[in-house]
Amino acid sequence: MKPGRVIGRVVCSQKYPDFKGERFLLVQPTDWKKNDRGEPIVCTDAVGAGYEEFVFYIESREAGLALGEKEPPSDASICGIIDGVDMEDEVWK
Amino acid sequence: MEFARVVGNVVATRKEEKVRGRKFLVLQPVNLDMKPSGSVKVGVDAVGAGEGELVLFATGSTARQTHLTENRPTDCVIMAIVDSVDVKNERVYDKAEEERSE
Repeated sequence: MKPGRVIGRVVCSQKYPDFKGERFLLVQPTDWKKNDRGEPIVCTDAVGAGYEEFVFYIESREAGLALGEKEPPSDASICGIIDGVDMEDEVWK
Repeated sequence: MEFARVVGNVVATRKEEKVRGRKFLVLQPVNLDMKPSGSVKVGVDAVGAGEGELVLFATGSTARQTHLTENRPTDCVIMAIVDSVDVKNERVYDKAEEERSE
């Protein structure tokens, strides 16, 4: 799981049928201190995340598992909204 | 998932039996400025995309999660055609607008 921030949304009326009812959100990957890392990606949303929220997402085949039995072809899904992160500072040195 | 423009198609008469009948499209990944970023990919089309369209593609074993690609040797699938993209409450892509200006 990786941290990121929701920065926008993508609307697709034509999508693979298993995605019915799913939302596509733009996520800017960050580190656990909310600093931007790399290029934004598109994620499906399994938790109802909102704009500017700090979230964590999963990538690869498992992303589809977060979206119910149909397991649509999503390779990135938001799986949680982060309230806070507690970590020892040594980790960042 | 990432954004890409459909820039062409691939015809292959001789191919693995399991991917027979699949439509292969050439994809140029693009960034949020709609500028090319990274090298060209080939993906199996699961939504009926056409040349010039902005699409979303999924890679890796995820690509096998459609009825067209289930248990078949594919690692890239086109799973949506993009209508619009909003970043920080600003529209950076609008398909209808793009079609009007063409």
